[in-house]
Formats: sequence, C-alpha cells, structure tokens
Amino acid sequence: MPLPYYVSPEQMMQDKAEYAQKGIAKGRSILLLEYENGIFFFADNPSASLNKVSEIYDRIAFAGAGKYSEFENLRKAGIRHADIKGFSYSREDVTAKSLANAYSQTLGTIFSQEIKPLEVEILVAEVHDSPDANEIYRIMYDGSICDEKGFTVIGGRADAVKIYLKERFKTGLSLKEALKLSTEALETTINQKLALENLEVAVLDRGRNGRKFRRIRMEELLTLIE
Amino acid sequence: MNSWSSSFYDMIAAEHPALLPQFKLDNLIRSTEERGYRENVPHGTTVLALKYKDGVIIAGDRMATEGYQVSARRIEKVFRCDDYSAIAISGAAGVCIEMAKLLQVELEHYEKLEGIQLTLEGKANKLSQMIKGNLPLAMQGLVVIPIFAGYDLNKGEGRIYKYDITGGKYEEIDYHSTGSGGKDARNTLKKLYLQDMPDDKAVLVALEALYDAAEEDIGTGGPDMVRGIFPIVKVINKDGITDIEETQIEASYKQLINSRRKAIAKEK
Repeated sequence: MPLPYYVSPEQMMQDKAEYAQKGIAKGRSILLLEYENGIFFFADNPSASLNKVSEIYDRIAFAGAGKYSEFENLRKAGIRHADIKGFSYSREDVTAKSLANAYSQTLGTIFSQEIKPLEVEILVAEVHDSPDANEIYRIMYDGSICDEKGFTVIGGRADAVKIYLKERFKTGLSLKEALKLSTEALETTINQKLALENLEVAVLDRGRNGRKFRRIRMEELLTLIE
Repeated sequence: MNSWSSSFYDMIAAEHPALLPQFKLDNLIRSTEERGYRENVPHGTTVLALKYKDGVIIAGDRMATEGYQVSARRIEKVFRCDDYSAIAISGAAGVCIEMAKLLQVELEHYEKLEGIQLTLEGKANKLSQMIKGNLPLAMQGLVVIPIFAGYDLNKGEGRIYKYDITGGKYEEIDYHSTGSGGKDARNTLKKLYLQDMPDDKAVLVALEALYDAAEEDIGTGGPDMVRGIFPIVKVINKDGITDIEETQIEASYKQLINSRRKAIAKEK
C-alpha cells in the first residue's frame, strides 16, 4: 500500500504563506495616510467600478489588496457585520476594533484549515474626533493583525513604499500634501507615471456629518493637483 | 450567491428574524377583553407630503397618544432615509419607528454593497415589501401606514408614495396626507395646493394643513408655543434633504394664528 506523502506542518505553512504573498505582491500598493482632517486612502486602480477602497460604516473604511473576488467578499461580510451590529445596538457601538478582530479570525481560520489561503491583505481604519484616537488595523493573509499609526501600505511593493514614506511623512498633512506625497511615493517605487484617471482616492473626513467616508472624484482631484 | 444578496431586510429576516418588528401575537390575544392593549399603543398622527416647484416637502406633527392620553409631545414622525428620500409614519408608534429605522439601514446597506443608490422607485418598492411583512401585526391593530417621499434623480422631480396595510403602493401626483388627522389636512391641502409653488409657499401650505388637522383631530398636536414644540418639515430636492429651521416654523405659525384671530374677531 502506498503511503500518503508526508509534508511537515512547517513546510505546509511556509508554502501557503509564500503562495499568498506572491498573490498579494502582484498588484499595486494601496497607501493610507493620516492627514489633518482624518484618514486618506490612495490606490492606483485602472477600474472605475471595482473599488479597492470603500465605506463600511459611519467612521470606518476598508481597503483590500490582492485578489479582488476574495477581498470583495470580506468587504461585504464587514458591511453586514457592521450594519447588523449598528441596527441591534447603536451606531456608536460599531467599532473598527471588533471588525478587525472578526477579519483576523476569519483569515486565520482559512489560512490554517483550507488548502488555499486567501491572497489578500486588508486595512480597516476608523476616524475619531481627536487625531490621536484614530485606529488603523492591517490584517494579513494568515490573520495576523497589526495596529498602525501615521501611515501604512498594503499590496504590491509595500515595503519599498513604506521606506519612502518613512523619510517624508509628517503629521498634520493637508489633503493636497497627502495626495502629492502618495503620488510621489508610488511613482518612485514603480518607476512610472500614474495616470490621473486611474487614481482611486478617498477620505474618512471627521468634519463631515454622519457618514465620514467620501470619495474624491476627478474634478476635485484636478483642483487638488494644481 | 446568497439569496438575500444586497438587502439588509432579507438578510436579517433569514438570519436574525428576532430583529424584525414582526413578532407573532396570535397566542397573546384571545378575547376582546384582552384587546384593550390596542388602545394603549401610541398612535394618532397627521403626516403629509406635497410637491413643489423643485421637489417635495414632507411634514408631520409631534404628538403621540395612548387612547385619550398624550403619551409624548415631541415624538418625531418624519425621518430622513438617505440624502434624497424621507419617510413619514402613522400608526402604532413602536412598529412604525422600527420600520423607519429598518428602511434607513436597508438603503444605506444597499448603497454600500452595490456602490450605487437604489432608484426612488426601488426604495418605494422595498418599503412596500416591508409593510407587507408587517401584515400579521397589522391585522391585530399594530398598523403601519407611511408616506414615502423623495427626489427622483433620474426623472428630475419630487415623488410621493402612499401605502395601505397590505403593502399596496400608490403614487400620488400632487399631495397626500395620512393618520388620524389625515383627512382634515387633506381638506386644507385640497383648497390651498397649487402646482409648481415656490418652496416657502409650499411650506406654509403644509404648516396650515397640519394646523387644521390639529384643530379637528384629538390625536394630532398643534404648534406648542409654551414648550416651543413645532411640526417637523423637511424639503427634498436635487441638492438633497434639509430641515426647515424651527425658528422659521415658529414665525410662520405666529403669523397664521394672528391672521386667524383677526378673521374670527371680524366675524364677531
């Protein structure tokens, strides 16, 4: 009787991790920066309708890098989680922390139990009235979760973009400055010009009433770039 | 694909039915004696909507009653659903407010999942299904009869929908009013309504209709000058939804009351 192939657990996890990392690194990076009025998201996205950054709840936004179909499912699950919680308790009870934990559990379980891990890395951010209280969580394909401050990058050559930002990022950036810095950071690391119509830019703006998430569309981008 | 796809209502109906306002009361009410609770459920209202030149105005009084008692003086019956629509409720307050809240979440949920808002017709139809779901409760007296009004971005005009307890949806072309004082308000609207009124004129018509309803119907509250409680009036047009300031409503009512006082003095 032939023996089944033996693969050591270490080897299996390493293979899965490599597979997921490869998938995530394929796309372009998504940048998140804290700016003077909240949190700023920046992505290079050739599609106008398949978004990488989107709204989850009043103060919470989501960004996903890697395989679209996979992070899209996570995004929808997040909206459902948030809306049910907000409906059965109150809108203030929906927090990025609980959402990030739910994502971390889901990704962790899939990574250890399924043959194919999810090829995604996601960001969950919540804007608060005081900039110090902003919450930013980065959740990786294996469910590991980090809490970030100031700026963070997922997908593509994330480490290279982070190094670029680390030297130049300062707190209290204006919207204009945040856009400029993000564009430079991404253009330098991929070594090519970004097309304006491919930019996906959004903010969690604490100055807004009710829902803080807002997309920055073409007309506004043009005025910001001038 | 999950069958509830982008609907919050369908999702909680399937997964968290306890969150819906559709609890079963069949076994609770057996005899007519036990039905006294119906009179003790807050209801009694006048809410209305009318079209004006640039969109639609939706308004409602602030009083809730339990039988012959006032149960609340500053309850709100007109709720913003999203940037371009609002719902005004009449019926059993608890179920009505729950349904308005459910509709708000429903519309936001859909918008977030799909990345685009429902059309006004789509919103009105979803509300119709929700009212239909409430039929078992309605048969036992916990009726929900809302008015749904909004600005149709595709057609470029304000639209008004009324409903019956089975969820039947009917579009009105000029104005509508419902609740215990609905008929009285409708009488006033019938006399004063003109097509393509400017917004300030239309707001005055709405306020006057609510005032007449409050005079004739014990379930409808008038302007409360002592406590400073006034009807809620919302204006919806292509720029979104705005509340008419309380100070403006107060001033309009002072004027209206003065002119009525003069008219009565002349009669004498």
